[in-house]
Formats: sequence, structure tokens, C-alpha cells
Amino acid sequence: MQTAPSASTGHPGALTWRLVGKTPGEVPVTADAERSAPGWAWDGGTGRGVRVCIVDSGVERDHPLVGPVQASWVVVDAGEGGGRFAVEPTDTGDACGHGTACAGIVRRTAPDCEIHSVRVLGEKGSGTGAMLIAGLRWAVRQNFDVINLSLSTTRARFTDELRLLADEAYFRRTVIVASAHNSPVESFPWRFASVISVGSHHEDTADLYLYNPLPPVEFFAPGQNVQVAWLGGTTIRSTGNSFATPYIAGLCARILSKHPRMTTFQVKNTLYLSAANVRVGTGGAS
Amino acid sequence: MIGNSVRPASARNGGDPLSAQLLQSVVDVARAIFGAQASSVFVLDERNWELVFRAVSGNGEDSLVGRRFPASSGIAGWVVTSGEPMIVDDLARSAAFDRDIAESTQYVPDSLMAAPLVHGEHVLGVLEVLDPAPQSRTDLDELDLLALFARQAATALRIVMDRDGAPGAADPAETEAGVGGGAGVRLGRIEREAARHLVENLQRLLGESGS
Repeated sequence: MQTAPSASTGHPGALTWRLVGKTPGEVPVTADAERSAPGWAWDGGTGRGVRVCIVDSGVERDHPLVGPVQASWVVVDAGEGGGRFAVEPTDTGDACGHGTACAGIVRRTAPDCEIHSVRVLGEKGSGTGAMLIAGLRWAVRQNFDVINLSLSTTRARFTDELRLLADEAYFRRTVIVASAHNSPVESFPWRFASVISVGSHHEDTADLYLYNPLPPVEFFAPGQNVQVAWLGGTTIRSTGNSFATPYIAGLCARILSKHPRMTTFQVKNTLYLSAANVRVGTGGAS
Repeated sequence: MIGNSVRPASARNGGDPLSAQLLQSVVDVARAIFGAQASSVFVLDERNWELVFRAVSGNGEDSLVGRRFPASSGIAGWVVTSGEPMIVDDLARSAAFDRDIAESTQYVPDSLMAAPLVHGEHVLGVLEVLDPAPQSRTDLDELDLLALFARQAATALRIVMDRDGAPGAADPAETEAGVGGGAGVRLGRIEREAARHLVENLQRLLGESGS
């Protein structure tokens, strides 16, 4: 377990954003829970019927690793001054490739889910923090089942608004899967308990994910040297928490396709109990 | 998307010798740390939303400073708007890489590491490392090292922006950057002292005599 020094305090363990230097066997977790049959969580669940929204730089249409994109939207300046934004349909695709990469990982993990895109990045950066919130709010109120957010903001003034939005999503049964920042800095909304936060681990096993016994990052998933979809129908390999996050988002889609009545906290609990390093114990009862 | 504004060689790094030396030392050290073919520092021109080559080590060292390209696309564009570092590989096989930019610089890398140069909540520019040594590629530890070094590079860039003025930087009070963003920055006395130490450390790393 990397207990990397906090950017602000320098104290080990104060802020963990990535698992490095230890194997899954070195981060055991014992949980109290009812045992579930192997594969109960998502075996047979392909994501069918689950709507996943990628809030990012857009998603390239017709990419072979992404497949169909149900709808694409973009956050634009409403032109009324005061930082008001609107969300409109778009065919502008992906500005950077990052959103396409995330969508490809979701598709690979949950092949039958619906993928939607809200583009919040890629334009001139002025106001991008507010655009992120506008896009996320729109996605939450569209009642998507899962939102992949491989983004965060370091701007403290957005924290309260993001926290309210994350809580709203939680009670609407929209699972926000949020990426921890790639640097050891404070950013949001991955720090909130109402979202599922994801960092990367070093292991090569493609489908390995772990629960972090020292949150706020709750799960570690493959984020190193990941083959990802990129612009122009191509692929590249990339490294970062951004690419661990859509793997967990895809798992959430699989869980919800098999157990559509699950709440957000049930989805998180299912991920927790199914993590490779979590062993279900007997609890305190004798 | 090729560079559209090339400064004369005499105006490299804004024409100030100390600024040029400082940023050159940053990219030289970055290149050495990662065993890379090249390294560059870009400054973000907020008004035009462009990235401007401010210092280059390795390929393009003699020709790229002053060139501009849009900050709204590509990997560097992502780094600017997201404010996060990124490592990508297999670029040479990717038709979608900003090949027009890369070819205009007469060098198409196979792999690239890029990190934002951040002051507070503002992205001032981007540090890029092209074709790092194999052991430096696609490794989470290297991402941490890159981010760590980028903090020093950002300090250096702040010094240069303070001395020379940031090209096109908007008034911080007028910017509403959230995920990324940028701003002109002024240094206080303590920051200047920290900057002086940074220069000395960089020069020591490079094996140069202090000046």
C-alpha cells in the first residue's frame, strides 16, 4: 500500500491516491458480510439496459473499440453572461482522445451497455470548472445509471456545489465513478463518500481490482500501460487513474444490468465484497 | 495546426538571458532524468488559447522556441484543460496523434509524458518529455516523478513570466478556469528567494558552475 505523503502535510497515509510498491496480498481486508455465490455480482451481466454517461472531452463516433454512442452532448456558454451554460446535442466528437479512451474501456468491460457522452473539455479553458459542473449536473438529472468522471477540479470554490451534486446523484441511484487526481493534490469530487473513487495499481492482471483499506480512494484498478481507444479509430497505450476509473464504471454497469434494483450503496458494497483483496470473515458473532 | 509565429533566434525565451538559462536548465534536467530524446516547456497564451514553445532540449532545440499551436486539442491540450499529467505510448502508430504539429517540429515521438505546470489552481503551461527511456515509460512511479519535477518546472516558469511577462496571459481576476486555467503571476520576495535556490540546484544538477 502506498501511503504517499500528503501534498500539504507530508504525513504518510494522509492522502492515498495510488497503490504502488505492494502486492494485493499485502493489503488484505477482512469484511463482515453474508457470503455470496461466486459470480453472483456480475456474471452474466453484460451492461445491457444500463445507461453509462462519459463526462469528458467527448467520444469519437464509430470507433471500433467504442461501438455505438447513443447520444453526444456538449456544454456550451449560454451567452447570457454570469457563467451560465447550456447542454446541446453535438457531433463534434472528441477534442483530445481522452473521453474516447474512457468509453472504450467501459465498452470492453460492459459490452452491451448504452454509452452516452457529455463533452465538458476541449474548448478554450476559461470557465472549465463551471462547465464540468454544468455537464455533470445535466448528466445526473438525465438519470443515467452510471457516470464515468475521469476528471476532477482542484478549485476549492466548487467543492460545496460538487458535494451537493454528488449527493443528489447518490439518492437518484446514479453511480458516479470518479477518478482520483494523477498527482497527490486535493481535488474533487473523487474525495466524496457519495461517489465511487478510483486510483491505479501496478499489477498487470487486466481484470484485477482492489479495495483500498485506507480511503478516500476506495478502489484500485488497472491504470498502468493500458491499451486504450484513441482518435481516428486508433489505439495508444496510456497510464493514469483516468483509465482505471472506466473499468470500475464498466463493472458497475455489469452489476446493475444483473441487479437493476440495486442502490448506489449496494453497488459499492458489491464491488467491495468482490474485490480481490477482500476476504469475507465470520464477523463478531459467534 | 503548425506553428504560426516563429520568434527570431535572438529572442528565444523572451530574450532575457537569465530566463533563457533557467528554462533551458529545466528542460535539460527533465531530459536527463527520463533519458529522453527531447523535452519542452510550453507556456499557455490564454488570450489566444495557444501553447507556445518556451524552451526545448534535444530535437528541435534550435528551431522551435516561439512556435505556437492550439491549446484546445491533442495530449498537451488535455493536460492544459484537465490539469493532470499523462503518459502515452505507441504514438508513432497512431494516425490521430497531432502529427501535423509533430511533423512541423521535425520530430514524431513514439511516446510522450506531459505534465501541467501549475501555480495554485492555475495551469501556466506544460512540460513535455518525448521518447523517455524504456524504463521510464508507462509507469505509475514515473508519473509521480514527472509530477514532482513539474512542480519545480512550474516555479521556473513563474520566474520567467514574472521577469518577461506572460504572453497573452489574462488578468487572473477575469479568468474562470476550473479544471485547468491560467494566469499571470507575480512573485514575492520569499518566492524570489526560493526561485534563486531552484536555479542553483538545477545548475548543480547539470554540473554547471554557479553564476
